[in-house]
Amino acid sequence: MIGNSNDLTRHNAFERTNHWIVAVCFVLAALSGMSLFHPFFWPLSLLFGGGVWTRIIHPFIGLLLVASFVPMFVRFRGFNRMKPADWDWIKRVWEMAQRGDDRNMPPQEKYNGAQKLIFWAACAFFLLMAFTGLAMWRAYFTFPVTLVRFAVVIHAAIGAVFIVMIILHIYAAIWVRGTINAMLYGTVSRAWAKQHHKIWYRQMTER
Amino acid sequence: MALQSLDIRHRSATTTPSPSQRRTEEVAKLIDVTTCIGCKACQAACLEWNDIRDDVGTNNGFYDNPPDLTASSWTVMRYSEIREGGGLQWLIRKDGCMHCQEPGCLKACPSPGAIIQYSNGIVDFHEEECIGCGYCITGCPFNIPRLSAKDGKVYKCTLCSDRVAVGIEPACIKACPTGALQFGTKEQMRDYARYRIADLKSRGFANAGLYDPAGVGGTHVMYVLHHADRPGLYSGLTADPGISPLVALWKGAAKSLAAGALGALVLGSFFHYVARGPIEISGEREDEQEKEGDAK
Repeated sequence: MIGNSNDLTRHNAFERTNHWIVAVCFVLAALSGMSLFHPFFWPLSLLFGGGVWTRIIHPFIGLLLVASFVPMFVRFRGFNRMKPADWDWIKRVWEMAQRGDDRNMPPQEKYNGAQKLIFWAACAFFLLMAFTGLAMWRAYFTFPVTLVRFAVVIHAAIGAVFIVMIILHIYAAIWVRGTINAMLYGTVSRAWAKQHHKIWYRQMTER
Repeated sequence: MALQSLDIRHRSATTTPSPSQRRTEEVAKLIDVTTCIGCKACQAACLEWNDIRDDVGTNNGFYDNPPDLTASSWTVMRYSEIREGGGLQWLIRKDGCMHCQEPGCLKACPSPGAIIQYSNGIVDFHEEECIGCGYCITGCPFNIPRLSAKDGKVYKCTLCSDRVAVGIEPACIKACPTGALQFGTKEQMRDYARYRIADLKSRGFANAGLYDPAGVGGTHVMYVLHHADRPGLYSGLTADPGISPLVALWKGAAKSLAAGALGALVLGSFFHYVARGPIEISGEREDEQEKEGDAK
């Protein structure tokens, strides 16, 4: 175990494993999808064995991605209910980024407002990506062309927004020191919890 | 393909100029629907020249055979019977790739060089580069490309780019017994169409005209129609084809904007880190808070 015995447990082994399966699938789906989206990203298709292989495996990675998110959804949805304090926190995100400090932010539960929003957005995006992706999957499905045209636009647009969101998610984890430990080893220091998730800290320590 | 590597106007999924040193004249195939007898010699010639055989199908009770374009049948005759002016008219349209000046397939294709438009206007698929995604089918305003179940590649009429490159007409033109199929420069074909339309008008087809739709910048396969005011009569020929606004949005400026936004975000995050540094909890503060926490 890494860290000291006073650390608080934030994610158990199952949750961490689940998160990383989703994360790896997301990166693979994003890289292969981007290669088919803009010629600038075409060389990424070489990572997957060329254009044909990229076309073949992208939808299967997508299916695995959505399927592996299901247990995450079941486990995390309870911690992600949006409350007024979450919206207050979100309103002040820009201020926090400019100051480079979160000490004046409203106290947060296990997940902060932006994390909760990302969770719900991910649920909606996964559903949209799955359905539009199926509509585009010419190897196995043929849908009316107008439907496919709506699907390709939605798939590309949501895909781009989703990647933006995940870049921010990753950056936030790098920016706030000690956060990645929560997903790598499952624990965070008490000081980390107190500063970033005060409500959760109290729940964990007052028990 | 190698025969025509110096005169490329557009190449799919390519952002730099393609070899275009050689300039060729724009060509066109003219399909005079009014003199077509529906013999399907063009269909047979297409299979013969390209040396492809379609699977033997089933008789569906009408003349269309095969009933639709396939990855092997790049042209099919579509027969429609209509009542017009107190009589029956048998409208027979040779369907196949229209070789659009602004091809929706090429716009949609994500694989560099899988779809080529030559300066003579021919839109050609290079199946070696095809990845089988079917985006061209989504982009095509005429529902032409067909995905092969055999090899996962998309096929369609090449306008016999291999024959045209060495100065001979497409195979279907050569086979046509009535002169309903003509081939030449686009200008010549327009002139010939004018002559045909004047003849048709003198015979009572007041709405005879040329089908060269402006919505796709004109086509390199054009029709002479008796009822040019109602192209839909000809087995659903699209009246006003164009690249769907959805496809234009998908593979237009928006994709460059999105790609730029992703790059800017990564750079922006990096420089935010450089300028503001991470949110860190100092060791001293950590001890203090831990004591506080333990005291509770």
